[in-house]
Order: sequence, then C-alpha cells, then structure tokens
Amino acid sequence: MPAGAAGAAHPDPGRVAVSRSRRLTVDPIACDGRGLCAELLPERVRLDDWGYPIIDPRPLPPALLGPARQAVVACPMLALRLRAVIEEPAARE
Amino acid sequence: MHPGVERGADVVSVAAPERPTGAADPTALPRLLQGAPLRSPADHLRVWGPLPRPRRAQLLAEVEAAGLTGRGGAGFPLAAKLAAASHGPAGTVVVNATEGEPVSAKDATLLAASPHLVLDGATAAAHATGAAAIVVCLKRSHAALARQVEEVVGLRRRAGLDPVRIQVTTAPDRYVAGQETALVRWLDGGEARPTTVPPRPTSRGVGRRPTLVSNAETLAHLALIARFGAAWFRSLGRPDAPGTTLATLSGDVRVPGVYEVPLGAPLGELIAAAGGDPAANGGVLVGGYFGAWVGPAAAAAPFCAAGLRPFGAAVGCGAVAVLPAGVCGLLETARVLRWLAGESAGQCGPCVNGLPAMADAFDAVVAGDPGGAAEAHLVRWAGMVERRGACALPDGAARLVRSALQVFAADAELHRRRGPCRPAPPVLPTPTPGGWR
Repeated sequence: MPAGAAGAAHPDPGRVAVSRSRRLTVDPIACDGRGLCAELLPERVRLDDWGYPIIDPRPLPPALLGPARQAVVACPMLALRLRAVIEEPAARE
Repeated sequence: MHPGVERGADVVSVAAPERPTGAADPTALPRLLQGAPLRSPADHLRVWGPLPRPRRAQLLAEVEAAGLTGRGGAGFPLAAKLAAASHGPAGTVVVNATEGEPVSAKDATLLAASPHLVLDGATAAAHATGAAAIVVCLKRSHAALARQVEEVVGLRRRAGLDPVRIQVTTAPDRYVAGQETALVRWLDGGEARPTTVPPRPTSRGVGRRPTLVSNAETLAHLALIARFGAAWFRSLGRPDAPGTTLATLSGDVRVPGVYEVPLGAPLGELIAAAGGDPAANGGVLVGGYFGAWVGPAAAAAPFCAAGLRPFGAAVGCGAVAVLPAGVCGLLETARVLRWLAGESAGQCGPCVNGLPAMADAFDAVVAGDPGGAAEAHLVRWAGMVERRGACALPDGAARLVRSALQVFAADAELHRRRGPCRPAPPVLPTPTPGGWR
C-alpha cells in the first residue's frame, strides 16, 4: 500500500510500526545478575530476590535516555539493550 | 446440540472397519484419527485422496480464514507463522513431535495412527512458505516410532508424494527441548536449550534461514484444510475456537488415551467420555505441567481458550489429568514443581533461582507451613519469575503454583492444622531427564 493511502490510520496488520521511542530490555540468558544496571538506573531497574534485574518495560522519557545508554554500555555481559518500541499487531487467541 | 465426544484411544491398535468403500467422511468425528491406522500411502490416499496443491496465496488465505491455531501449547495462529516464515531464502519446516509434556501422548498417537496426514501437512507448509527441507522431530525415547515414521517417509518417496525431502530425527528428552528456539539450536548442532528472541525462527532459524516450527497435530489439521477448506474446518468447534483438537486423558479415568474433540466441548463431557467422573473434585490438571489446576466448578467450562480463561487455564497441548479423589493435590504439585525446576535449562537467573526456591516453598506448604510464610513467598515468587525467562518455563511454573494454591486451598488449611499427609504413590509422572544433546 502506498504511503498515505486511504486507511493509513489502521496499520496493515501484517506490518509493525516502529516508533522513535526506546525501552530497555534484558537478554535473560546473557545476564548474570551483576546488578550495575540497577545502580545506574534505579528509575527503571530493580533487582529481584536473587539479584537479577526486573526492567520497567515502559518507553523511556527523554530525560532517562542518557542514563539508560550509560547503563547499557556499563553492562559487563552486554545483556542490557535499548530497543525501539515496536507496536505489534494485536495478538489473537 | 453438541456434536459429542469421540473415542480415539484405541485407534492405534484397532483397524478401521466402517469405511469399506474408501473415501473419508469429512463431516464425521474423528477427523484426524479417521480410518486409522493408515500406514501405507495407498491406504492413506484411499481414505483422504491426494494433497491438493493450490497457489501459495490461496493456501495462506484458506489457513487464515480457517483460524487454525497451534496445537502444541502456545496457540499461536498458524497463518501468521506461515506468513512470517515465507520471506527470504528457502528455509526449513520443522515438524515438532517432541511432545516433552509427560501427560501428553497425542502427537505420538497421531504419528502412529495417521502419519501421512502429518507429513501431508508438512509438505503443504513447505509449499506455503517456500521451504526446501522438512525435518520431523520426535523425542529420543520414541526412537521406535521415529523408525516407523522414517519407513513411512520412504514409502512416500517411492510413491512420489513429497516434492520436498523429509528427514526424521530424535531430540533429547527434556521438557524445554521442544520449545522452538531450543529445537532450532539443537538441529543446528547445539544443545537443546532455548535461545533469546528476537530473532524468531521464522526469520532466522535452522541454518540461519527462515524456519517454521509447527506442532505435528497442527500440521495434520493443515493437511485437511488444504483438502476441504476453511468453512469445513470451522464446521466443528466454536467461531472463536474453530476445529477439533486432540486431548490426552490420564489419571482417574477408566479409558485413558487420546480423544479427538471439537474445541469448546465441555471439560466434564471430555472427562466422562474417557470414563471419568465429570465433576471430579480431586482436581483436574488442564494443559499439562505448563497448565493449571481446576476444580469441579470447571466441569461445564468449554474446552477452549475463552472457556478456560475464567479458571486461569488454557487448552495448552490438550492434556487433561484427573486426580483421583483422596490423592493430595498439594503433594502432586510439589513433585511436579520440583521436576519442572530440574527441567530448567539453567540459563536465566529468575528460572535457575526462582524455580528451586518455589519448589522448596511448596514443600514447606506440604509440610504444614506454620505462619503461612512459605505460601506468601510462593505468591511473591510466582509474580517475580513470570515473563522473565528466555522461554516460558517460569510462566508455566507460576501458573501451576497459583492454581494449586487456589484449587487446593482447603487442603493447605488441613496441612496447616494437621501437618503433612501420608506419603502416597505418585499419580503424575516425572520421567528421568535426558542430556541436552
């Protein structure tokens, strides 16, 4: 469908819309619970009862983008990622 | 009127008598197990006829209209998976018959009873996605069945039924080995442990090519949709849960085995068809060890996603295990939970630490849990591990724990007042795990 075609308000369910906002994710296999992320970005990361990060999945506000990038760079396991927020097509049962 | 529940338990050993003239009756139940056993290509073709080869777009549209969802456990729409796997270079179709769920036997039963339907489905999926290879994966403890499937594949090759080459292989006996990323990793020569997504196998799977991993039963349904179409598929089941599904009934039923039922059939009716008490109040585990316990109130619940959701349960792989009255559901859950903890691939912190902690806490609940500290920990940890693994094993353990605490709340109270019940022989199986390669 060409850009701007009628119906653009309803995204093609076969495609995903990538927005410019970012959110933090962790690769649970790569992560070994060093905990730097929770120290550097307590606004978005807390640790579970075993020292592994629980990440707030919401998009990051602009003010937290810098600190989030620092936390990503600081992760010794390269397990922390910044991802574009992807609006997935509504999942069906 | 409900179309009713058909017995399918003994299809493997009993010859099909009712179709002397051949052609299948597509309006009848069972569908997948009709006419079984059908081992020779000639028998299969006599009953079902040849697999049509519609245009790819037409086949995809038909699957989409049929609303077929995955029968392996996650219930993902097959049409979306086929579409996702049909971009990029020619890849692989993986027929997932690993069936790691200890209380499920439907994929093995189907492969023994009607292997051609599964292989037809794989061929149709290869056609729809443009795949250049098909691999059928069973678990290693089913090596004899795998050899039988291999013979069937050989017969089909000689009969010229499969344009795409089919291989048969056996994967390690581990609960999470059938998870699709684990299967891809193993097929690529690695260990059968899950990997992080993205990338999903549909975009980068076996040999880094697009790979469709689909449950054996799902593909058998596809083989029939390719023959009879979407409207036919939807003529059984419910609008929001079309078609039939294979269900494995075990535990306190007179005739345990695999039954084919329309989705939406009342759970109690399914239990009754296997010779169990539909209002079984000992507790029923729905969806396998990955599923949830339900009580007698769920007897009228339709066996489909929407019908089971109010009970915190899902169809999953269609396994239904009925606990005999007098058997302690807490003790059974504690054993299964310990087994699940042992089935962790040992990769993700929340799973490696959380599942054993939950198993310990559940043991404490069984022991009486004075003060309720263990139960409080269980509730906290169930919430803590959820959605934090590379695969969904922690989610399954959390669901099992939550449902057990709810359905067996009165038992927990008894344990608190009187201490643990007497040890009893286990009902739910906990098979010895294999290696990872």
